[in-house]
Amino acid sequence: MGRQDIIDRGTNDAAIGCPSGLQTEPVAKSDPMGSKIDLSSYVNHPDADTNALELIVQGAHCSGCLGKIERGVSALPSVTSARMNLSTLRLKVSWTGEDLSASDIVSALSDLGFGAAPYDIDVAQTQSEGELKYLLRAIAVAGFAAMNVMMLSIAVWSGGADMSRATHTLFHWISAMIALPTVLYAGRPFFRSAWGALKNKQTNMDVPISLALVLACSLSVFETVMGNPDTYFDAAVMLLFLLLIGRYLDAKLRLRTGEAARRLAALQVTSATRLLANGKIETVPASAVSPGDHLLIPAGQRIPVDCRLIKGQSDIDMQIATGETAPQSVAIGDSLYSGTTNLTSPITVEVINAYSDSFLSEITSLVEAGEQKKSKFVRIADRAARAYVPVVHTIAALTFIGWLWIGGDLRTAALNAIAVLIITCPCALGLAVPAVQIVAAGRLFKHGVLIRSGDALERLAKTKWVIFDKTGTLTTGKFTLLNRDEISPSNLRIAAAMAKVSSHPMARALHDEVSGLEAADIIETAGAGLSAIVDERRVRFGSADFVGVETKGNSHNNSEIWMQTDDTAPVQFQFSDQPRKDAVATLDALRAQNLPLELLSGDRKQTVETVADNLGFSRWSGGVNPQQKMNVINQRLAEGRYPLMVGDGINDAPALSAANASASLATASDISRSTSDIILQGDKLIGLPKAIIIAQKAGRRVKENLGLAIIYNMLAIPLAIFGFVNPLVAALAMSGSSLIVTLNALRMSRA
Amino acid sequence: MSALLWLVPIALVMGTCGLAAFFWSMRSGQFEDTKGDASRILDDGDDKPIFSEDDA
Repeated sequence: MGRQDIIDRGTNDAAIGCPSGLQTEPVAKSDPMGSKIDLSSYVNHPDADTNALELIVQGAHCSGCLGKIERGVSALPSVTSARMNLSTLRLKVSWTGEDLSASDIVSALSDLGFGAAPYDIDVAQTQSEGELKYLLRAIAVAGFAAMNVMMLSIAVWSGGADMSRATHTLFHWISAMIALPTVLYAGRPFFRSAWGALKNKQTNMDVPISLALVLACSLSVFETVMGNPDTYFDAAVMLLFLLLIGRYLDAKLRLRTGEAARRLAALQVTSATRLLANGKIETVPASAVSPGDHLLIPAGQRIPVDCRLIKGQSDIDMQIATGETAPQSVAIGDSLYSGTTNLTSPITVEVINAYSDSFLSEITSLVEAGEQKKSKFVRIADRAARAYVPVVHTIAALTFIGWLWIGGDLRTAALNAIAVLIITCPCALGLAVPAVQIVAAGRLFKHGVLIRSGDALERLAKTKWVIFDKTGTLTTGKFTLLNRDEISPSNLRIAAAMAKVSSHPMARALHDEVSGLEAADIIETAGAGLSAIVDERRVRFGSADFVGVETKGNSHNNSEIWMQTDDTAPVQFQFSDQPRKDAVATLDALRAQNLPLELLSGDRKQTVETVADNLGFSRWSGGVNPQQKMNVINQRLAEGRYPLMVGDGINDAPALSAANASASLATASDISRSTSDIILQGDKLIGLPKAIIIAQKAGRRVKENLGLAIIYNMLAIPLAIFGFVNPLVAALAMSGSSLIVTLNALRMSRA
Repeated sequence: MSALLWLVPIALVMGTCGLAAFFWSMRSGQFEDTKGDASRILDDGDDKPIFSEDDA
């Protein structure tokens, strides 16, 4: 039984892709050349005879896709189980024996219309997943304890005089038995973090939290043993419960955005076709090639490592490296950068640098330099905590000393000091800041904008200057025919037939325009053009030299193709890279927010000028290399303008990492996506102004919340210092303040 | 007063049961893929849960 039969049988409902048509964009075939990539290194062996593989699937949206994928893969021979997770888009497949290889599964999925790539389980990822699970368990335990201890406490408070001393003490003992294990189990994230900070002779927000928890519990145990009326178990577990919720929201935001970025990255596994000495070829991961190897690069494939052309001639799309839109013609001996795409004909190259030393690594080191600078950014919560923690500790200590000094006993002094610690506990910082950020991230997600972390949101809110890259960001990076009106329909049809057999990007633009005729007897001259017979006429199609036209005046413009048939004058086809549909609306929206705009591009000056004029940029520069882009950003930073960089190419990555905040498109290169603070999904720029507005609103909410926390403390601290706070007041005040800041955070969802 | 001696343990036992149920459902992977599980209900095929206790 062939693979196709299996797939047909497995999914008789199905054409390609999502059956309900929810899928809006076509899924790129994960392996365009149809070559088999060796994926065996990704296969796990849980036991001797079983193979297991985890894949990331692209393009699955609904229950239809889920069923189709699971049935389609289960129908492959020797597959024992295939289980898809629709939330994370991961597919776990296990099979027995050697008949089936990992790449068979990937190509089966590709035949079903879904892209797939091995999921490289990275350690950090599994760790944070585990942490999230632990936090959820801790919340459950703390919630259970808070409810029950509160129930007992309310009985004690309201029972008052009616309750016998014995019942009182019994209830305290029960509370202690619930609260102590809870604090030990659910308080660990705070204790660990506080201990870590103390060991490095620093303090953080977790230090007063841990101190309050430990002191409140030990004093309450003492009170219980002595049979005294007041304990703080309820306040301690309630505090723990509320803070854990904040911690959970924070961790969740991080994990979700990280997951999305990784998913995009996993879909770009690069491979190389190595030419062996005996004339055979083999496909290997790009990381496995070494200098001196000979590689075969088919037309349309990305060049995996830096190399030198040794055989053939072709056009190379350098856009991703330099920003230059028009393809460059290359000849034997020319160097080729990794990441660029071979367009017109297959070539053989010799590797100069291994994957880790290629052009990409130079960019990576620039990026790392930028990231380091960015890591000095202090999150608003940390800044507040830094000012807050010493004040709280000092007030608590002074309370303790003060009560002793005026002649109070040790117990009263300790009780009041603990009351200060509990009542001032930074719930507003621990809970409200992540609450605001997660609501903001949720709203942005609806607008197709992915925020990578809470501090990205804080940085974005500061934006005072916006810098755009041109190619692939403001423009689509694809050519469109400009002078269509000047060309006769018959010429257009002949040109389309010629274009169909070429993979040159300008020809592709023509090919999309019209169709109808077929070209025969095709002769290709690499890097120059095509000659073929269309409609019984010999047609030459390509560069001006190739067709034999003298270029006058407009020779600077190489965004053109010429065509000549036997009996007619040569026809010129002009192309340009068109702005994105929503570029104008986006720029107008940004101008409406009083943000100065600037255009930086690696493309030639003339091309940049046209686009800058069309879109109304008053500041622009062309022919800028990655290092220069970064310098401009640093200059803006030095001027105190907090630039937001929007880009997509590898050449933008250093600038993206240097900028105060950065945005890239979902189709951008790996490295620029992973450097960016926000990712615009579906390639809609219009999400950008919205993101800035929402980030600013979120910033205001956070500040309001901090203000509320300060007001609350100014009211509550004096009460605690002077001993008016019994456990009831402390618990009520604390949950009340948390409730207020959370409600304030939820106001964001209407923004 | 004696009512409390009954009610308090009952409340605690019920709470513990709820907590245990939550832990069990987490361990059996019921929060792993809420989107997928919502879809699976609509599937008519013979589908069985695949997460086992030792898998989580």
